Amino acid sequence: MPFPILSILIFFPLLGIGLLLFLDRKNHKVLKGAALGVALVEFIFSLPLWFSFDSTTAAMQFVERHEWIPTYGISYYIGVDGFSLLLIMLTTFLTPLCVLATWTDIQTRVKEFMICLLALMSGMIGVFAALDLFLFYVFWEVMLIPMYLLIGVWGNPARRVYAAIKFFLFTMFGSVLMLVAILVLYFHYGQTTGIYTFDLQKMYGLNIPFNMQYWMFLAFGLAFAIKVPMFPFHTWLPDAHTEAPTVGSVILAAVLLKMGTYGFLRFNMPLFPQAAHYFVPLFSILALIGIVYGALVSMMQKDMKRLIAFSSVSHLGFVMLGLFTFTIAGVQGGIIQMINHGLSTGALFLVVGMIYERRHTRMIADFGGLATAMPIFATIFMIVTLSSIAVPGTNGFIGEFLILLGAFKSNMLYGTIAATGVILSACYMLWMFQRVVWGEITNDKNRDLKDLSLREIAIFAPLILFIFWIGVYPGTFLNKTRATTENFIAMMEKAKATQVTQSQVFKGEAQ
Amino acid sequence: MTINIPIFHLNSIGPALILTVTAVVILLLDALSPKGRRKAFFPQLSLLGLAAAALQTYLMWGSKGTDFARMIYVDNYTFFFYFIFILGTALTVMISRQYLEDYGKNMGEYYALLLFATVGMMLMAASAHLIMLFLGLEVMSIAVYVLAGLFREDPRSNEASLKYLILGSFSSGFLLFGMAMLYGAAGGTLYLDELPKALAGHSTFAQPLTLLAIALLIVGFGFKVASAPFHMWTPDVYEGAPTSVTAFMAVGVKAAAFAAFARVFFLAFPAFRVDYTMLLWVLAVATMTIGNVCAIAQTNIKRMLAYSSIAHAGYLLVALVAANQLGAVSLLYYLLAYTLMNLGAFGVVILVGRKKDSYLNIYDYAGLGFQHPALGAAMALFMFALAGMPPTAGFVGKFYIFSAAVQGGFIWLTILGVMNSLISMYYYLRITVLIYMKPAEADLGPVAFSPGVTAVLAATAAGVMLSGIFPGALYDLAMNAVKIFPGL
Repeated sequence: MPFPILSILIFFPLLGIGLLLFLDRKNHKVLKGAALGVALVEFIFSLPLWFSFDSTTAAMQFVERHEWIPTYGISYYIGVDGFSLLLIMLTTFLTPLCVLATWTDIQTRVKEFMICLLALMSGMIGVFAALDLFLFYVFWEVMLIPMYLLIGVWGNPARRVYAAIKFFLFTMFGSVLMLVAILVLYFHYGQTTGIYTFDLQKMYGLNIPFNMQYWMFLAFGLAFAIKVPMFPFHTWLPDAHTEAPTVGSVILAAVLLKMGTYGFLRFNMPLFPQAAHYFVPLFSILALIGIVYGALVSMMQKDMKRLIAFSSVSHLGFVMLGLFTFTIAGVQGGIIQMINHGLSTGALFLVVGMIYERRHTRMIADFGGLATAMPIFATIFMIVTLSSIAVPGTNGFIGEFLILLGAFKSNMLYGTIAATGVILSACYMLWMFQRVVWGEITNDKNRDLKDLSLREIAIFAPLILFIFWIGVYPGTFLNKTRATTENFIAMMEKAKATQVTQSQVFKGEAQ
Repeated sequence: MTINIPIFHLNSIGPALILTVTAVVILLLDALSPKGRRKAFFPQLSLLGLAAAALQTYLMWGSKGTDFARMIYVDNYTFFFYFIFILGTALTVMISRQYLEDYGKNMGEYYALLLFATVGMMLMAASAHLIMLFLGLEVMSIAVYVLAGLFREDPRSNEASLKYLILGSFSSGFLLFGMAMLYGAAGGTLYLDELPKALAGHSTFAQPLTLLAIALLIVGFGFKVASAPFHMWTPDVYEGAPTSVTAFMAVGVKAAAFAAFARVFFLAFPAFRVDYTMLLWVLAVATMTIGNVCAIAQTNIKRMLAYSSIAHAGYLLVALVAANQLGAVSLLYYLLAYTLMNLGAFGVVILVGRKKDSYLNIYDYAGLGFQHPALGAAMALFMFALAGMPPTAGFVGKFYIFSAAVQGGFIWLTILGVMNSLISMYYYLRITVLIYMKPAEADLGPVAFSPGVTAVLAATAAGVMLSGIFPGALYDLAMNAVKIFPGL
């Protein structure tokens, strides 16, 4: 039997939780140290995944399959391809940094916090590795609970409960409909082939009648669109981001939102390819609205965290636009942009978290001239900002450039509108940066702020390394996903030619 | 003149007999033993009787047939429900003792009545004839009427008992009336296995009569399972009755009523499936929605759980509507899961309620998670399980129920069902919000962890998790049990 590396990645954090349960709840240093240790070991465990990944094939690798509920066709079936590889690596890479970032931030209920964080990690890896629809759904729901607790228990006292419940119910709303669609798909597959299974890869090849695809695409799509979040389902995001503790926001932005986009890539599009082509205009336009609207709303925010939250709506709009071009460039760009957004937005939330720790405010108006007081901080903040607005040489540029390339190839108009998003993002980010960092120190409280400590610099160092690595030599990462993307495009290309009208769908004539 | 006594085997009703004997022994001991030394061992004795009944059931597992002049079924479906009842009663016995002692009500009658009610439930699940079913129902109901009024000095308990008695008798009347109609329509038989044929062959007059009978039966059963619009009694009775009795009613009575409900409808009315599913569809949606929406407004935890139990009756009705094999399996699985998670939740309610139920408001749970981490975590687990979050038994149960509905082609019902579980999420989440996210309004003070309740909490929490993560074995067991319905 091959080494079950993915299972270890999924269950090792749970083992870590077991360890934490036995530690003294008063001794914060030990608790944080233990959590950091677990997260680091997890990261080391994930390295072989990266190095022995075969990037020439689109097939699933490191596959493990065990019967779970055999009479129902449910199995514990996990594996990775290029898409999930990058996201799993992102997860294991960010979690130790997150633990490090809680060092001074979280001072109450540390034990429970670390337990939630590790549980979340396990759930996220599970979501990206699951290849069985039932298993996927279980992970997808399970990881709501730790995130809900992170926001609700350690969030900003004023509105945390509201934000936590809103986050939970919004996500739940989409996912219960997805559950119905999964069941419909399961029984449809069983009736047409005689085999009842939740095995995702077996379902890929199924030729589903169009009017079924139509509804199921919408049901799955709603669940993922809420998670992404696409306009108009994004309203939970600013609340959740703003109220969550720093680390909660980082994980939420960097990994949780990617579950939505990943869901589109892994489930929605390959399972219902005809419907995916049919819905290109709708989803592209929603993505474009997200890009422009998110950017415009960002510009008006007074709270930095809220600003970054809305910028996420804009950035994720780019990802969705890229994925819906169904071109190599667009999809590759979309994937790399998922990683980019994880790195740069994660870093931005950390930046905000660090000045919040010092000043207990996130209002842009309370700052100004930080460059004088905190030069290292200002430098790091600038690099991260530039990466977020996609300056050439940083990671953001690669992602947005590829996406725009794909968008222009598939539809000039989409490309043009999306390109304005790039300009707008420069506006709101730089304007915010200018108001916070440049200029005179207007508020005396800012005068003797301490600059970043070594620990804080250590958190940013790996992030900045990858910001430049992807910016300068994206090949390392693009190569890993190339085969998977090509396979994906080929699969989508086959399903292209369907022409169906709305009325045929409603009459049930569209086969 | 000779009287033919039909051959029967006492073994076939062994579990029920054991429990009856145990209950009678408890009553006698209670009456005969000298004052002051009487109450100590009744719970243990009841548990012993229940264990013996469980063993007996286990030994009979796999046998098939009828007995007592075809009045009762001896089959796995029956046995599966025996296990559910025995489990529910055993857990109830274990959470009762400390609670009743606080009230000075730890009496022999209580345990005897619990056991008698369990016997009634067993007869309901086993009945092969509608009269038998009615007898079982009455044995169960009368015991529960008394139990609900156990706290004689408490006006709410009196109200609960009286309300339950009056409305319950009324609904029994409906049930009996339905059976009478059916007797006429079928030309003189009430055996479940003879009914389909008897109902098919008769005059044109028979069909409307049967439909009327079905409607009346649904009223009768609907009352017992607390389905809308026959649910009005539930919140008051659940709130007023002693908490341990409420727990017992929510799991035991409901399971028994569903056992009979499913058996009668699946066996006797295959030709009328279209008619009754139509009616049950509406009832299911109404029950889920009313239960969930009303639960949101509750501040008393027992009342909230009462409405949640109404909502769960709605989900279970979905399984009946589906009327396929998977539906029957999901019914059994869900009732078992519900027994575990609901009794666990009531166990926490008893612990937090303490001295004579003085902390029953949901705001009394504020800060519980950090003052008593284990208790808070257990309550949160039960809430998530009731809401149907993986990886708990509640999720798997809902998953089975909704897949049965999808398989039966009831997509809209499924969508309404999942939307309801979304609504239910809100009020279950609110409890977890209070437990973890609100500071305690006052110091909760020490909670008296009595060994019985602690054991129940540990066992139910473990059961909820394990049967959620490894549901395969139970699924196969339930599948084995529902093979008796040939038409599904």
